[in-house]
Amino acid sequence: MTPALEISGARARLGRVEALTGASLCVRPGEVVGLVGPNGAGKSTLLRAALGLVRLQAGAARLGGRDVAGLSDLQRAALAGYLPQERRVGWNLPAWRIAALGAANRPPRPAREAAMQALARVGMADAAGRGVLDLSGGERARVLFARLLATAAPLLAADEPAAGLDPDSQFLALELLREEARAGRAVIVTLHDLTLAARACDRIVVIARGATIADGTPREALTPAVLAQVFGLDGELIDTAAGPVLAARRAPA
Amino acid sequence: MNALRLNGLLAAGLVLLALLGLALGEVALGADGWRLALQPDTPQAQIVWEIRAPRVAAAAAVGAALGLAGAVMQGLLRNPLADPGVLGVSAGAGLGAALAISAGLAAAPGGVEAAALAAALLAGGVLTALAARFREPETLILFGVALSAFAGALTSLVFNLSPSPIATTEILGWLLGSVANRDWGDLARAALPMAAGAGLCAYAARGLVMLTLGEETAALSGLPMARLRAAAVAGAALLTGAAVAVAGVIGFVGLAAPHLVRAAAGADPARTLAPSALAGAALLVAADLAGRLIPTEQELKLGVVTALFGAPLFAMIAWRAARSWRG
Repeated sequence: MTPALEISGARARLGRVEALTGASLCVRPGEVVGLVGPNGAGKSTLLRAALGLVRLQAGAARLGGRDVAGLSDLQRAALAGYLPQERRVGWNLPAWRIAALGAANRPPRPAREAAMQALARVGMADAAGRGVLDLSGGERARVLFARLLATAAPLLAADEPAAGLDPDSQFLALELLREEARAGRAVIVTLHDLTLAARACDRIVVIARGATIADGTPREALTPAVLAQVFGLDGELIDTAAGPVLAARRAPA
Repeated sequence: MNALRLNGLLAAGLVLLALLGLALGEVALGADGWRLALQPDTPQAQIVWEIRAPRVAAAAAVGAALGLAGAVMQGLLRNPLADPGVLGVSAGAGLGAALAISAGLAAAPGGVEAAALAAALLAGGVLTALAARFREPETLILFGVALSAFAGALTSLVFNLSPSPIATTEILGWLLGSVANRDWGDLARAALPMAAGAGLCAYAARGLVMLTLGEETAALSGLPMARLRAAAVAGAALLTGAAVAVAGVIGFVGLAAPHLVRAAAGADPARTLAPSALAGAALLVAADLAGRLIPTEQELKLGVVTALFGAPLFAMIAWRAARSWRG
């Protein structure tokens, strides 16, 4: 099966910083892949490079098997939906209009229906008519997440979808992404909460200093050695009735 | 408010103000005068159709151009402080006019206007290229500020080195802005760049609402954002350049018009475009009328009137908006 997203040997600079130093990532239809790593590891840059938003100095980025640099705006949008980490909204549009921007390439009526459906799924149906700048930060994040759900692309790329959400909404967001994967979409998501990542992701890719360190099931990727080396944590994933939980503390210096 | 209704109301207001602009002036016409004005080759007809009408039309066209350019700039830059001057196009056009006047081009019909438009197009071209290269609105604003300051400094230099006080006075008068003594030829020359600018802005409109979520979301929305962004900058530059070429540098209308209509038009930047153009036109026709009717020894310059009345009005809008933000 053609991967929905594939980036390999990626090298890229952001200004003077070597942001990517040989990172690789592959996401297939039907799976949720978690991209984890410490602050500044290059998670967002890798995601943006895979979507063609950062120019690669070396390596290749493909969406749906096609070189991302050669895609038109329309082709790229048809292959990937993207939720950036940036949550700023310029104008105080009603929540449903923000969500409907995810379906902007559909006619107004279906776009509106897709938006209302997505808002209902994130529990924001009642706020559909409210100005998005009048909402709380977490509510706004849910509306923006609904916009991602309203896209029809076969790949969903979400940068920190759980940031700023209450615990219940964090679980809900990841559960919704799992539903999308079950429906056949490919999902790539960056996360900081390793417990959440271990529970929600089929596969986890760990990156540090712009390079891929580990890639496998949560158990395979988040080993005590990786936790120590990449995150500076002394700990492990332990199984509980609710699912795996990261039990860890800062590693002694 | 429903977009059609809002635009209808604004258009009706504009027509009313335009009729007042035809009816009122230094010479009172009276009922008899109006009858004569509708006949060919009477002095009354000359006053109404050769003096007042082009003046009203110029005020409306310039106001519409500035209002539309302001709305597009605010949408593109996601910044309520943006106006047609923010990119330095009006400062560039002002410089072009100042250079033309000091070079003695004022005697040639349309010479100063052509120089202003050429300078605006040059500035607009540079900015369009920069907009294609840099996605972030902040970068574009900073380039605009730099361009504006540079053009302003060069204009001051022209003043500084100007050999004749007559040229200096003429430049100053031009920079203050006016639509007095405009004829249909002046308007005809500005019509093409204004229409082209409006067309480009209309094309760019669908990109503005997507930009509300930032450059990267817009980049993956399927819209040809690079082209839409360039169209918005080029369109605003054409409108501003043509407006300055017709009427000199008139501040404020481009900033205020979008704010005047936003409460009624809604937050969608694309839907503020048409109402902003209509509101800008109405504002400038009203300002020109006020300039004509307020009895002063020298007729008040249009740029002076817009800022004099516009600024307090604008402060009131800001006051009310701030109250609603506090909830």
